[in-house]
Amino acid sequence: MTQPLLSVRDLEVKFFTRRATIHPVNGISFDLNPGDTLGIVGESGCGKSVSSLALMGILGKTGKVTGGEVIFEERDLLKLSNAQMRSVRGRQIAMIFQDPMTSLNPVLTIGRQITEVLRTHLQMDKEAARKEAATLLDRVGIPSAADRLGDYPHQFSGGMRQRVMIAMAIACHPRVLIADEPTTALDVTIQAQILDLLRSLVAEEEMALVLITHDLGVVAGVCERTNVMYAGRFVETGTTRDLFERPQHPYTLGLLRSVPRLDRPKTARLETIKGSPRDQTQILTGCSFAPRCAYATDESWAETPLLREIAPGHRVACWNPVSTSVPAGSAEQGGHS
Amino acid sequence: MSTPESAAAQPTSDRKDLVRVEELKVYFPVRDGVVINRKVGDIKAVDGVSFEIRRGETLGLVGESGCGKTTVGRAILRLYKPTEGHIYFEDVDVATISDKEMRKLRRRMQMVFQDPYSSLNPRQNVENIITEPMLVHAIADRKEASEKARELLEIVGLPKDSTSRYPHEFSGGQRQRIGLARALSLNPDLIVADEPVSALDVSIQAQALNLLQDLQGQFELTYLFIAHDLAVVRHLSHRIAVMYLGRIMEVAPADDLYAAPLHPYTIALLSAVPIPDPAVESRRQRVLLPGDLPSPRNPPSGCRFHTRCPFAQTERCPDEVPALRLLQPDHLVACHYAEEIRDGKIEARPPEEAGVEVPRDPQPV
Repeated sequence: MTQPLLSVRDLEVKFFTRRATIHPVNGISFDLNPGDTLGIVGESGCGKSVSSLALMGILGKTGKVTGGEVIFEERDLLKLSNAQMRSVRGRQIAMIFQDPMTSLNPVLTIGRQITEVLRTHLQMDKEAARKEAATLLDRVGIPSAADRLGDYPHQFSGGMRQRVMIAMAIACHPRVLIADEPTTALDVTIQAQILDLLRSLVAEEEMALVLITHDLGVVAGVCERTNVMYAGRFVETGTTRDLFERPQHPYTLGLLRSVPRLDRPKTARLETIKGSPRDQTQILTGCSFAPRCAYATDESWAETPLLREIAPGHRVACWNPVSTSVPAGSAEQGGHS
Repeated sequence: MSTPESAAAQPTSDRKDLVRVEELKVYFPVRDGVVINRKVGDIKAVDGVSFEIRRGETLGLVGESGCGKTTVGRAILRLYKPTEGHIYFEDVDVATISDKEMRKLRRRMQMVFQDPYSSLNPRQNVENIITEPMLVHAIADRKEASEKARELLEIVGLPKDSTSRYPHEFSGGQRQRIGLARALSLNPDLIVADEPVSALDVSIQAQALNLLQDLQGQFELTYLFIAHDLAVVRHLSHRIAVMYLGRIMEVAPADDLYAAPLHPYTIALLSAVPIPDPAVESRRQRVLLPGDLPSPRNPPSGCRFHTRCPFAQTERCPDEVPALRLLQPDHLVACHYAEEIRDGKIEARPPEEAGVEVPRDPQPV
């Protein structure tokens, strides 16, 4: 097998604060190849954003990568100096953030912000950079692009700003694009436009896309593969189809069942996942989902389950996966298909 | 040139309707100038809206940000003063009564807010938060009120002994429950819930939706449920009103609206909602809207949606405001060509014509 484009191994991140140590990411691994679209799904606090910040090397002062490696083009990104990392970040691995309102500099023109990327990373001269910036804006679907280079961010709507962010991210033809909740702040009709744009860019640019989101619908429409994250670990990974059609981890199943669906008849009540997400200051022995899980067994409380393959390409970290079991202690929930 | 929107929406019996909104307009002035602060225009947040909320039902109000849905909800409680129009709560016109009368009436209408972090006073403990409305309205003395508070906490699914704790000790979902207990403390008839679950994680959102449903039965509540998430709105609502840029585009029973939407905007909105199923997603036909929401300061003439509408015609749409008219039983729509679109006589134009790039690769099955 050839070397993957990006390979994350056992990544572990901790935040050290005065009060407590927080464990947002507790060992995750994944590979990306050119053209891959990987969705990382989870609820707030599951560590999905922190892991992407860690591999971009922008964790901030309190955060530390405490274990693992991130191999990109035969180098471990975690071992690079700041200067070396700067030539990777934005050039080969680019990122789009959730909030297009705050991730652009309000006092610089759009043109200036895009040309800055081009001039820093590709050493273009002013004139060439300006031309390229106009081309980029045009590609992401901004009408009369050349005329808008002199505009400031406040003159753009939320959807348009996200298009500008995408233009900046793809400016250097990165190999990997990480999109962290790129459409969460946008209205549904605008979200549909942006997702379509991302889909077509991934196909044209031959890059790999990591889409981080809490919205199962977004993943279903964009990603080939999906990793479900809970309490800083992946609990289920596989092709998006397998995962949605045959969810094996009780958490994945719970997530899928707790959202009302437009394409199904209305149900009287929604199924819920009991309790609330875990306390990040502790690492539990056993499965971190056990306190909320209807399928938990004695084993779940005693030992942390590791990801294991249960069907080709479909892996789950659970002692008592859905298809092989009946939920323990809740008879009315049985009969899943 | 504008036709009265209420012509077809004429009231059924008053007793059935708890709230009746007629031709409501809420404008916010735009001011400019440093020394001479003059008014230079209006943001027409709500611009001629009529609908009714029937006793015991949940009316869902959906639309994208800036469509005026929150303003409508707040105007009903008179947190904003209506510029024009009437809001009848039973027989009282909320738009015109005195502040004193309004205060009395507010006992019967309560609000649950979107953000569970900023809508609870961080310096008050849970008991104070829940008992304050009862004490303000003098419907209970302190002892009765705190007993009621414990009772309500249990009903919304929090431990009874939470009374001495403070908001920061609770998670988002739990705080939303406290907000609900506070709204319930006055035993209101109407609860205006403005995006009550959108700040919550999906697993917690389902719990909150179920609770809202249970409470409706238990307390005989009427809800105005304002939200942008169409799947959530359908789950909870009996009827749904769709707003766009300050006006109502379509009102229909929830199942009708989702099974057979009549307004082009509703059609586009529904087709934009991602479905959590990759098989469904790859098969779906989308109606993508070009461009962004126009400014409510200077809304398009005629039908407000005509600038983005894939079905727009050159006749009538740009210059004639469509009335909200009854097209099917209990199903109102504000579109000149709703019948033709329904019967497939007018086809949607592809959005590329409007300059927005929207490729969609057919995926292998």
